[in-house]
Amino acid sequence: MSVLTVVYALLFYAATAVLVLGLALKIRQFATTPAPLRIATMPAPMTRGGVVARMAGEVLLFQSLFRSNKWIWILAVLFHAGLALVLLRHLRYFIEPVWFWVVLVQPFGVYAAFAMVAGLAGLWARRVVVDRVRYISNPSDHLMLALLMGIGLSGLAMKFVARTDIIALKAFCLGLVRFDWQPLPADPALLVHLGLVAALMIVFPFSKLLHVPGVFFSPSRNQVDDARERRRVAPWAVALDAQRDS
Amino acid sequence: MAKVEFTTPELREDRANPQLVEGAMSHSSPYLASADHQKDLGFPGELVDGWQQKAVAKLGELLDKNRALRVYLDACVKCGACTDKCHYYLGTGDPKNMPVARQDLLRSVYRRNFTLMGKIAPGLVGARDLDEELLDDWYKYFHQCSQCRRCSVFCPYGIDTAEISMAARDIMDHIGKGQKYCNEIIGKVHKIGNNLGLPEAALIDTMEGLEEDVEEETGVAVKYPVNQEGADVLLITPSADFFAEPHVDGLIGYGKVFHQAGISWTVSSYASEAANFAMFIGSYEQMHKVALRIRKAALDLGVKRIVFGECGHAWRVAYSFLNTLAGPWDFLDPKYPVPQHILEVTHDLIRRGALELDPSANDDKVVTFHDSCNVARASRMGDMPGGQFEIPRAVIKAAVNRFVDMPEDTICDKTFCCGGGGGLLTDDLLELRVKGALPRMEALQEVVDKHGVTHMAAICAICKSQFTKVMPFYGFDMDMVVSVHQLVGDAIQLGAKE
Ligand code: SF4
Ligand code: SF4
Repeated sequence: MSVLTVVYALLFYAATAVLVLGLALKIRQFATTPAPLRIATMPAPMTRGGVVARMAGEVLLFQSLFRSNKWIWILAVLFHAGLALVLLRHLRYFIEPVWFWVVLVQPFGVYAAFAMVAGLAGLWARRVVVDRVRYISNPSDHLMLALLMGIGLSGLAMKFVARTDIIALKAFCLGLVRFDWQPLPADPALLVHLGLVAALMIVFPFSKLLHVPGVFFSPSRNQVDDARERRRVAPWAVALDAQRDS
Repeated sequence: MAKVEFTTPELREDRANPQLVEGAMSHSSPYLASADHQKDLGFPGELVDGWQQKAVAKLGELLDKNRALRVYLDACVKCGACTDKCHYYLGTGDPKNMPVARQDLLRSVYRRNFTLMGKIAPGLVGARDLDEELLDDWYKYFHQCSQCRRCSVFCPYGIDTAEISMAARDIMDHIGKGQKYCNEIIGKVHKIGNNLGLPEAALIDTMEGLEEDVEEETGVAVKYPVNQEGADVLLITPSADFFAEPHVDGLIGYGKVFHQAGISWTVSSYASEAANFAMFIGSYEQMHKVALRIRKAALDLGVKRIVFGECGHAWRVAYSFLNTLAGPWDFLDPKYPVPQHILEVTHDLIRRGALELDPSANDDKVVTFHDSCNVARASRMGDMPGGQFEIPRAVIKAAVNRFVDMPEDTICDKTFCCGGGGGLLTDDLLELRVKGALPRMEALQEVVDKHGVTHMAAICAICKSQFTKVMPFYGFDMDMVVSVHQLVGDAIQLGAKE
């Protein structure tokens, strides 16, 4: 077993632990913090089912963003939809035998990678060119784009420039899942790719990528419009009612 | 009065985004609350020792109490979708009036003190220690947000800068840096019962005067009762309705509606205010205290229903918060929602044929409607989502023959704030108010040019006061602003149902 294999295997276990634990803690924090007042952005749905539909519109179609800015919407859809397909395509490295629908996704996954990179490039260009977006950007916003771009480009490089031994790679991945380590092919593009992915997993719970769990907990989007019918008092506010009517 | 000289922006047809001008509004800062005003609300009288640590501690407390704050501070991806949605940015070009930049004033301190990345690599993530310069920016720019929520409509995560502004103002109050306008007013409500400090005797006097005026004009003895025990309806209306123009014409209209429908009603001198400015300063405790006056008045007077007059943020507090703050309302008539908006009442009466309206009484007018931000984006009317857009328009159309809407991207939930909401309706912020009204004025100009609009109806005391003040800066006549219930009151045929 090469040092490289050990290092990358440990790196991925660590990254997975940070991602899962970090997100779980964050989600617990979001979920347990009370929402003392009803603040849905109106008009809002009047039923739970309506809220599910509103949320689906936001998460799957980026509805609000569509109303807001068509350029950002197109670029964001290119990137996110591309990323989603690419992630599905990558499932084949972790399952054996590969599920039927994952096989179906394979050819689209390649186009998706281009879409993803194109979306990223567009978003990055906006960040540099549009003065308003430039003003609100921090170095971390550029770094995040660089990280994602690096992942996308190194992935494409393995497909189109320096093909990697994907049979060996799959053995490595399955080995990780089954706790039965197999050697990792020492291709530079692959090492870069995997290193950046691990970095992304590690920064996820500590960065703006928290928009992923965050959107589901956004009171302006997930609350039912029923304030006149249902009284809700946050636990910390109950004490305030003690003195009244006396 | 602010001494700053400024130029009113030009109305432009293309309504394009302005150039960024850093520091364009860095001179705009409202008067500080005096020690007395602060202490009336239980806040420290002046900037406390160790305010940095105390501010951070207060932020920590709010993060634990309010999920919205926590999620909004974490979730922003700096996509920029909100950057051109704020009327204060559009009117001033100051980059710190872009919603996300405004949030970042607080987010930078959040990141520095409450996030891993902000602690280990502050420069990378825009994390900052709270220092005097930043506190100064907080005070200025969190008082350049009218908490209108327009940005939240367009944010992919619904991030609502209003929540951030409220939290920031709450923190500043707790370290002794409160705003005079809001805190003085809230103190008056605690002491006297309304924003204007209008005592019971004056209120009764005013209402009697209205009775005389209406009788003189119409020949019908319409009642404007105060503290009448056993009335069916307790009307909670903004105190500006008692004498400001054009507000009072709205109040006259409510009285005519109740009269013709045969509904007995009263106002209360104890709860003679619909406004709840405590929302603007983000204080749940203060908002709770103000709201309880309404509960007490309803119990004392033994009414069956609570109806709110035309006021924007008041209706937000009433519709969305009142049940939480001062409910449950199990002692009121369960047939009616609590509270109701006066427009819901009027609309319902019109639908049932209980009001005799002659829209030709308003034939001298071509009317458009300004959706108030808090009604549009933070409340509802009626039993359908969007009723807050439909119902006022339906009522106007029943009272007026010629109605046109302003451009689509400036109405309903995309409406622009009047520029004076959120506790900014004070003369020390006049420049901000004039410039912030720009998007609304441009939309109005368009329908004036295209459709000959003569009047703009509003359903908010702040909108009405703000417009009458700033419209002349843009060459509009201040009399263009009317209450919706003024239109109703003028169209109602009082003799008809007697
Ligand atoms: S639209 Fe929302 S996520 Fe985008 S920059 Fe504005 S606040 Fe942040
Ligand atoms: S809430 Fe309104 S005033 Fe405040 S930042 Fe958002 S758009 Fe501007």
